[in-house]
Amino acid sequence: MTEVSTSSARFLDYAPAPESTSILHLKKSYGLFIDGAFVKGHGTPFQTISPATENTIAEIANANAKDVDTAVVAARRAYDKTWSKLSGADRGKYLFRIARLVQERARELAVAETLDNGKPIKESRDVDVPLVAAWFFYYAGWADKLDYAGLGPRPHALGVAAQVIPWNFPLLMLAWKIAPALAAGNTVVIKPAETTPLSALIFAEILQQAELPGGVVNIITGAGDTGQALVNHPDVNKVAFTGSTGVGRAIAKSVAGTGKRVTLELGGKAANIVFDDAPIDQAIEGIVNGIFFNQGHVCCAGSRLLVQESIHEDVVDRLKSRLSTLRLGDPLDKNTDIGAINSREQLDRIRELSDIGEKEGVERWTAPCVIPDKGFWFAPTIFDKVSPSSTIAREEIFGPVLSVLTFRTPAEAIAKANNTPYGLSAGIWSDKGSKILAVADQLRAGVIWANTFNRFDPASPFGGYKESGYGREGGRHGLAAYLESAGWNAPVSGANK
Amino acid sequence: MDLIGTDLTEKSLKLHLEGLPGVDAVGLEQRAASLGTRSIKTTSKAWALDTIIRLIDLTTLEGADTPGKVRSLVAKAITPDPLDPSTPRVAAVCVYGDMVPAAVDALGDSWSNGKDDGINIAAVATAFPSGRASLRVKLADTADAVTNGADEIDMVIDRGAFLAGHYGLVFDQIVAVKDACRRADGTYAHLKVILETGELNTYDNVRKASWLAILAGGDFIKTSTGKVAPAATLPVTLLMLEVVRDWYRLTGGASGGQRIGVKPAGGIRSSKDAIKYLVTVAETVGEEWLTPHLFRFGASSLLNDVLLQRQKLSTGRYSGPDYVTMD
Repeated sequence: MTEVSTSSARFLDYAPAPESTSILHLKKSYGLFIDGAFVKGHGTPFQTISPATENTIAEIANANAKDVDTAVVAARRAYDKTWSKLSGADRGKYLFRIARLVQERARELAVAETLDNGKPIKESRDVDVPLVAAWFFYYAGWADKLDYAGLGPRPHALGVAAQVIPWNFPLLMLAWKIAPALAAGNTVVIKPAETTPLSALIFAEILQQAELPGGVVNIITGAGDTGQALVNHPDVNKVAFTGSTGVGRAIAKSVAGTGKRVTLELGGKAANIVFDDAPIDQAIEGIVNGIFFNQGHVCCAGSRLLVQESIHEDVVDRLKSRLSTLRLGDPLDKNTDIGAINSREQLDRIRELSDIGEKEGVERWTAPCVIPDKGFWFAPTIFDKVSPSSTIAREEIFGPVLSVLTFRTPAEAIAKANNTPYGLSAGIWSDKGSKILAVADQLRAGVIWANTFNRFDPASPFGGYKESGYGREGGRHGLAAYLESAGWNAPVSGANK
Repeated sequence: MDLIGTDLTEKSLKLHLEGLPGVDAVGLEQRAASLGTRSIKTTSKAWALDTIIRLIDLTTLEGADTPGKVRSLVAKAITPDPLDPSTPRVAAVCVYGDMVPAAVDALGDSWSNGKDDGINIAAVATAFPSGRASLRVKLADTADAVTNGADEIDMVIDRGAFLAGHYGLVFDQIVAVKDACRRADGTYAHLKVILETGELNTYDNVRKASWLAILAGGDFIKTSTGKVAPAATLPVTLLMLEVVRDWYRLTGGASGGQRIGVKPAGGIRSSKDAIKYLVTVAETVGEEWLTPHLFRFGASSLLNDVLLQRQKLSTGRYSGPDYVTMD
């Protein structure tokens, strides 16, 4: 099969269409958001940079153990004095207000997210920020209906929730964590990732605008030791973490025996299974969206393509010509498909694993694209004919790198898909409904997409099997992580009002 | 036909068409929507607007058409914007068969008449728009338009036969119409095959009908007559472009692959919408398809919107509908 486009590209070199940053009103430096106000941190401040240009965006406060304590104390006080005394309907009002303000300031949030994270503006504008608003709207609706959520009689909040979130979807992960916690009546201390604190700090301004009572949400910035101090704080009732399996394992160890409730949403190495009766053009789009969405910085990314041997060559050919149309570059350009890798550290990790793939003798193909001089970039890459024992078929790469494996029968597809320590997500592509259901039934993954991939909805629970973590976020199930039932025989008084 | 390895009988066509991969409607529409979010600005927009004009089949297909109406349509086709002589001409005028002589007359020296420069005359034929006539009548309709000077024939397929599963019948009719496009000198008028996707209803049917039309020798596949809603949509056009891309690759790709044209018709009224189609063509089959030989817009009111946008780009301000001419 040959490339379709041979003539010199003219129209396809779309003229630059950059989203303006003039909507942002950034401060030179940001403090910690504690008890409803920005305060100074006591650690050494750090810079947050744009991964596309390596330019500094702002100086960010660094919370040390003392600051963490101040934040937890504020959250406890807000829980005891204010938040636990509000009715569910009143908590819902605040959440609805936050949701509407997110929509009002959507463009500003999208620009900030793209600037700080490196993801294409079309994704922050069309995916991240709309989902953030959707999450708050969804859980706002639950706040006064907890008694009817099927979580036992008179469920009540746990208290103070310590939440640590990753850099791949900074604002969306914040929404996933904060919205159900507040709806269920908890107060929150949350730590965004050190490379992507910006949108969380603008979100803090939104909380002020919404007049959320001080201390209900505290946002502290810092690196790993800040997060560690937070999850280990003795007055925290609940720990919620999204990030790497390594850190997740350390958190599980450190909170063991403390009585803190824990949910962990960790790594993944998802299989995207394409059968020979798949709707082929849409499957190609699904494969692309599965692994190249957000530069592959997605824990549920479809990083292992399992394609039926009879259509393997055709699929790989189609995939290569499709990838050749992807546009890598300035994340703020509205036509950019592939943005910057979030950090030098992550870029090094992607390079290291890709080099291992090559050394292990796997066929490597890289999409033709011009890499900008500054910033962190990695061109979309395919490793074809990968064997299940290859390092790149086992380890989470967390970048725009797809490993292609083949199978002959549905049984083999299922066996290969399940042959991983992870179990977060999976995809199935077939025009035959009965086959989809039969295969889905045997996959050990928390989320299974059929004829689509990377689709998120606040009503749908999300979470993993095995080393991908435990607990579910989203939907009614997401509330369970932040609630405790009074028990079937407990007295009526004193529970959540 | 080598590609499907057997004679094209009713049975073998059925086997082949029913063996095509399915189309997932949700996924197809998502892909079309995402192509529609491309942001085409400044120099790219200027090029796109001129290209749209070059690709237009300026159309009048009314019962009330008269030679006078055709004359003014032709005048508009030749000089779309009298205020700006740099405005390109449209690709063709598209009229009913009995209006072809009027179009020939009105075009005068501007008529391409088989040459590469100039404006083509496209005639709808085969009992357009319903196609409900005997094959004899359809062939006479076609031959008549060709004799009168039509450079291109826009035929309709028999949707009734297609939906009843008589693919062989649909195929044979296209072959016969193609034959009727033959001129006395042995050359052929270009054949555009209208699938009327609004009546085929499912994307799977659109894919089957596209293959059928290409296998039967159509030079172009065209979405709609413009008389049935929905007419052209971006997902349908994307799907037809995917078939055209697959056909090109199957027949040899860059080394001599056969290039089939695509014509969305009806319902494309704004420059903004038309630009989405250009993006879809360029990112699906490649931008070398953006020539009048391989892509057309069947439209009438689209032209004036493009002219307004063109004026805006050159003057920096919007004018109103009174600053472009009626056709």
